[in-house]
Amino acid sequence: MRFVDEFRDAEKARMLSTRIAALCEPGRRYKFMEVCGGHTHTIYKHGLEDYLPETVSLVHGPGCPVCVIPMGRLDDAIAIAEQPDVIMTTFGDMMRVPGGRGSFYDANAAGADIRMVYSPLDSLKIARTNPDKRVVFMAIGFETTAPSTAMTVLRAAAEGLENFSVFCNHVTIIPAIKAILDSPDLRLDGFIGPGHVSTVIGCRPYEFISREHRKPLVCAGFEPLDILQSVYMLMTQLAQGRAEVENQYARVVPYNGNPKALKVIGETMRLRPHFEWRGLGFIAQSALQINDRYERFDAEKIFDVPGVRVADPKACQCGEVLKGVLKPWECKVFGTACTPETPIGTCMVSSEGACAAYYNFGRFTRERVQEATRA
Amino acid sequence: MPRQATWAEEAVREAEAEGPHIGAEHRSREQQVLDRIDRARARRPRVKEPRITLAHGAGGKATHNLIDAIFLEAFRNPELEQMSDAASLQIAGARLAFTTDSYVVSPLFFPGGDIGDLAVNGTVNDLAMSGARPLVISAGFILEEGFPTDDLRRIVASMAAAAEVAGVQIVTGDTKVVQRGKGDGCYINTAGIGVRERPIELNAANARPGDVILVSGPIGDHGVTVMLARGELDIEADIVSDTAPLHDLAATLLDAVDGVRMMRDATRGGVATILNEVAVASQAAVVLDEAAVPVRPEVMGASELLGIDPLYVACEGRFVAVVDGTRADAALAALRSHPMGAEAAVIGRVVEDPPGLVLLKTTFGGTRIVDMLVGDPLPRIC
Repeated sequence: MRFVDEFRDAEKARMLSTRIAALCEPGRRYKFMEVCGGHTHTIYKHGLEDYLPETVSLVHGPGCPVCVIPMGRLDDAIAIAEQPDVIMTTFGDMMRVPGGRGSFYDANAAGADIRMVYSPLDSLKIARTNPDKRVVFMAIGFETTAPSTAMTVLRAAAEGLENFSVFCNHVTIIPAIKAILDSPDLRLDGFIGPGHVSTVIGCRPYEFISREHRKPLVCAGFEPLDILQSVYMLMTQLAQGRAEVENQYARVVPYNGNPKALKVIGETMRLRPHFEWRGLGFIAQSALQINDRYERFDAEKIFDVPGVRVADPKACQCGEVLKGVLKPWECKVFGTACTPETPIGTCMVSSEGACAAYYNFGRFTRERVQEATRA
Repeated sequence: MPRQATWAEEAVREAEAEGPHIGAEHRSREQQVLDRIDRARARRPRVKEPRITLAHGAGGKATHNLIDAIFLEAFRNPELEQMSDAASLQIAGARLAFTTDSYVVSPLFFPGGDIGDLAVNGTVNDLAMSGARPLVISAGFILEEGFPTDDLRRIVASMAAAAEVAGVQIVTGDTKVVQRGKGDGCYINTAGIGVRERPIELNAANARPGDVILVSGPIGDHGVTVMLARGELDIEADIVSDTAPLHDLAATLLDAVDGVRMMRDATRGGVATILNEVAVASQAAVVLDEAAVPVRPEVMGASELLGIDPLYVACEGRFVAVVDGTRADAALAALRSHPMGAEAAVIGRVVEDPPGLVLLKTTFGGTRIVDMLVGDPLPRIC
């Protein structure tokens, strides 16, 4: 299929693999973090690690929007959904995420009306056709999805829709990367930058990483060759003693971002003073809320939201996994108490969560299957 | 003071009660964890949810758990324990196959078919996959107050047409009407009886290393067609459902080669779910070659956009067969000689190790696992 096959070409992959191996300094180990959960998914889905030398490892980062939502926020959403005449809408990935008292699926089975939508504009459609209901959109995601939420709020305002609101959980990527860089337990050689987020914010906001932390970052696309090429670009920078922000995903990402998208975010949202991230704790100025001008669309202003924090289960190590300190299989409950069908941690729920990707696609040791897959 | 998620603490305690694994010193640490996971997966399934959720009907792990822990537990008998799509019975000297199925598809009419021919074909296929010749089926209708009579006429007409094509008769039935709002227009339940004229027992447990995996045609057409027909996605593609009776194609294969270990039509849960059942039942591994799996470009495109994997998407007129490896060419030729099997392909093989796993060699050249589906195949968000 066009625009897909050329980015999955095994021949080119072998070539890049050879070049990456050639750049490895003897005795040195390399560790790169792919910030975005979409990358984690691609890496496991296509078996990309088969092409990397043993000394080059990929560490999974915090860029999975579902994974970073703390349990308490989910309980808040369910509390809103349980109020009279509410239809809660959200993306499919959120449906199975467990809160302190169960998931959206469980809440639905108990009588709530929580529906999956493909776009926030679909929630608007539901609001229009159900004028006697209060329709809430649970918005999640980084800067990637925030513009579509912002556009929806603007559209609702233009139409004068009064039964629509947003439960806003949008987060921003840079503070999360800063938290990783400040974490003492992790030694990284560079970053595979989040391609989709960068279509909105561009590459400039990452420059502090090269400037202040002397680490290279390559903004990468989401096909397996994109990621392999990005690893090659990172290795090349290290070999040449450079630490720069480079853009592998130039076919989609403008270096300066998308000014229109940034404008609508600025028009409708403002930074929260602080926001709790699952596993990472409270991070200052790391999330967005609906601003005063559009507060009539802010579910947190309209509904009584309990706002109670729910502690992560003690055995759950999502935080360490999100920071890349632990590999998924190193978590104490991975695959036993915590599985995709009965997840404890969010990393096991979303298809972009590192634990789900590893459990579903990568649950084998390479030596073991070498024999099996030999043609 | 933050609240605690008590259910999660309980799940952890239960898993820890399983105890540490002894005698694994020589294994790598990662392999030890993987072994522990294998043991956790082998535990008897339980249904912990206090209420039924949609995941219990999606054909993946939750469905399996529900069947195993609730239905099988209550009804246990040797026929049911086979867990095949049709029970193989011996009654008064006759070798019979007996099956039942329910149809709740939405929308009721979709490109390439409707709930009526889907019901007949699905029942015929469940019988055909056990090697039986389908004979008679029943039809039970649950209709919602207000449902247009003309729609019912259309559905029944396509059932009659499908029954004629499949050479079966609809010999008994039932009708119930429920209040408006208590049903989704029309649900159909069927049962079917076929006669097993061949002296063979087809079963996933029969698969053994050296066997090959075949699929009778391109996969995922039905599931993607229905998803698009719901009109929620604003995607248009030129695809129609593959709903069709498979009895003749199956008979062609069985006539041509001995050494067919099992056949299964790839409905809910798709090809991936069937192969997981094969791997678990036979305690062997299945290795798939992604490049060899036939998928129409339109289905591939829609799946890419929606973030779903065609291997998990339902078909209603395709089956997977496991065949003795030495008979692979003959089996493929037999399938391709039939108009409904023209695009059949060998998509993988059975190997010894690692037992119970389905591995996929990706077109990109990497390796990954193809696991049982968890919950609905939900589109990804970004």
